[in-house]
Amino acid sequence: MLSRVAENLYWLARYVERAENTARIVNVNANLLLDLPKGIAPGWKPLVDITGANELFEEHYKDYGERQVMRFLLGDERHPGSIRSALEAARENCRTIRDFVPREAWEQINGLTLYARDGLQKGLTKNGRHSYLRGLITHSQLINGLLDGTMLHDQGFEFLSLGRYIERADMTTRIADVHSASLLPDADEARPYDNIQWVSVLKSLTAYQMYRRSTQIRVQRGPVLGFIFKSPRFPRSLRWCIDHSRICLERLPRNEGCLRVNGRLARALDSAELEGFSQKALHDFIDELQLGIADLHEEIAQTWFPPRVTAVAA
Amino acid sequence: MEINWSDYDCDGFYDELLAARGEPRPEVDALAADIQALGGDELMTRQLAAEVSIKEMGITFTVYSEEGGAIDRAWPFDVIPRVIPEREWRQVELGLKQRVQALNLFIDDIYHEQRIVQDGVFPREVLEKSVNFRPQCVGIDPPLGIWAHICGSDLVRDADGTLYVLEDNLRVPSGVSYMLENRLVTKRVFPELFEHYAPLPVDDYPSQLFDTLASLSPRPAEYPEVVVLTPGIYNSAYFEHAYLAQQMGAELVEGRDLFVDEDDCCYMRTVDGPARVDVIYRRVDDLFLDPEAFREDSALGVAGLMRAWKAGNVALANAPGAGVADDKVVYAFVPEIIKYYLDQEPIVPNVPTYRCMEPDALQYVLEHMAELVVKPANESGGYGMLVGPASTQAERDRMAAAIKKDPRNYIAQPTLKLSTVPTVIKDRLEPRHVDLRPFILSADRQQVTMGGLTRVALRKGSLVVNSSQGGGSKDTWILPQDSATETYEQVQGETGQRQSQSSSATG
Repeated sequence: MLSRVAENLYWLARYVERAENTARIVNVNANLLLDLPKGIAPGWKPLVDITGANELFEEHYKDYGERQVMRFLLGDERHPGSIRSALEAARENCRTIRDFVPREAWEQINGLTLYARDGLQKGLTKNGRHSYLRGLITHSQLINGLLDGTMLHDQGFEFLSLGRYIERADMTTRIADVHSASLLPDADEARPYDNIQWVSVLKSLTAYQMYRRSTQIRVQRGPVLGFIFKSPRFPRSLRWCIDHSRICLERLPRNEGCLRVNGRLARALDSAELEGFSQKALHDFIDELQLGIADLHEEIAQTWFPPRVTAVAA
Repeated sequence: MEINWSDYDCDGFYDELLAARGEPRPEVDALAADIQALGGDELMTRQLAAEVSIKEMGITFTVYSEEGGAIDRAWPFDVIPRVIPEREWRQVELGLKQRVQALNLFIDDIYHEQRIVQDGVFPREVLEKSVNFRPQCVGIDPPLGIWAHICGSDLVRDADGTLYVLEDNLRVPSGVSYMLENRLVTKRVFPELFEHYAPLPVDDYPSQLFDTLASLSPRPAEYPEVVVLTPGIYNSAYFEHAYLAQQMGAELVEGRDLFVDEDDCCYMRTVDGPARVDVIYRRVDDLFLDPEAFREDSALGVAGLMRAWKAGNVALANAPGAGVADDKVVYAFVPEIIKYYLDQEPIVPNVPTYRCMEPDALQYVLEHMAELVVKPANESGGYGMLVGPASTQAERDRMAAAIKKDPRNYIAQPTLKLSTVPTVIKDRLEPRHVDLRPFILSADRQQVTMGGLTRVALRKGSLVVNSSQGGGSKDTWILPQDSATETYEQVQGETGQRQSQSSSATG
């Protein structure tokens, strides 16, 4: 299989996953804000913090108001991490490799891009938001399901899955980071709302119900962190993403370097005593994990993807 | 609406199906009767079915527009086939092989001793001014001495019925995928007529192409790695590149998928590591092929590819520099080229051509410009061309000045009355002008497509057959000598009768 095709498949999956996770984060934050008293509600800035695009945001917007952040995350074409940009990029990646994905999947990706574009104005309104975002999430899930269920499970599929797990791992750590470190201050007056905060973390990962089923204890920081980082059964946990990306890597040739980086990441996760971490320690640990995920991506790109070209198009 | 050939106004032109209004040509009169019997409504239904098939099959061509970026458009197609009797076609086939063989000898000579120039048959100044001559190719010996492995020659028929070669495309001719797809659509839409008349098959082109390419491999002992090199999805012929790659089971690659290593071999970047490439069917123009040798700013090509090719480690089809022979002034010399290398007369003639570099011809062209078509040497797609009968005095004056300034760069030809084929226009049949592009493969042996791509100008009276400018296409039927002479209707009628007889006998 051509390296370029492998790379296109990988990014196709990453971009779809990114769009889906961004929709999840926005949706849950909107709900959370309704539950928190105005005085301590952290507002919308943390969502931009999650994507790490503060500089770009501040270049184009005066303040972190709801409308501004919404537009930035949902529909701003200048922001490469917006849902709109991610989906356009997914579509472009898919376009060149239409021979490799089932026609229905291409049609759905095309359809999702159009949905995101056409429904944007409605999605930016307070009462249109929820159904718009739900649509995005469901549609992304549909694409994943279609690919799983109809595509040849060959090398190309491994790259598709790798892209999905790596993006998901990255987004899961970001969600945990922001909710745990910056959404709410460590101050006493926030304590009564601690519970709500962790419920919202779970909900942004569609993990609430599954958490309840797998752990009988009430929602609190330690077990929630344990669940979203370490659960071997929950498909959006970091543990799951690392394990499953390893399975993909094992099926690919020349995988030694990538397996080593993947193993390092797995060991870092295993050895961490998450429950005892202070906010600060948790934040540092998440930083470390994110660097590890970035390393894994780098190693994958180095091993299998074509070198980056900077030449001007003729 | 009823179809009646006596309503079909093809006077003044050579029609491929009818000798004159109301008179089908003897070799195809059964088919003409069958088409007439279908009637206008049925033809319209079939035309619609064809258009639906084309959408479903995803046969598209790409048009680039300012606002919308690249758009895939459905391929315009007309269901009435263009028919050529096998007897005539076999002659054309011989003529095309002869022509391409001579052109390949010419190109090889031009990049070596240039005997044809030394012998005074081909003027040196024509060569010196050719924009498609590549000094980088001088002295190179491509496999089998062949430069133009895939040639697409455009044929047109004039009012007197003579088929002429209008031009040869020796660089990256396109259209063959549409020839193949048109056939598939016709089989779906006219299964009964197709079975009855049994036109000769075209479907083996992809495997012939693969064999042609594989025979060029520098590693003949092993299974060769053949790839199709495309400029990418925004190219107007991308559909064809993807289609041919798929049909041949070859990898479709872009420039960045390939690299040339220090061993001067070409590799493709795969998930399993570098994989040696033996033959590149390149659909990228010469000048973009290798930034080391040609345009430095090209991102479509592969740095070092010319090095690898010169070293004989990778074969390129067509060979760089092959375009030197599809210059329009060179075209004017093809009869001499055939004579010089093969000592034969051309089997399929050139359109009579005035070479403005010759004083007598120049004089004639300047005096008769209103009747002629004047073409600059190295433009394609009709760019910079003057069609005399449709031109204004001011346009002719401008052209006259341009010719006088650089006579070498111009040729002129009489305005041809392109032949017509019945075409479905709403629920009627009307004559529309056509040309024909057969494809000639040359390597260890030569093969010609059975027919080719018939392009049709869908606008009334128009001679422009380009798909980007309102042109469409038709299936091309080469009818075998033993093709049915009775109509499908008659045969059906008889079988129907026999069946009813036998049923009464048993009943």
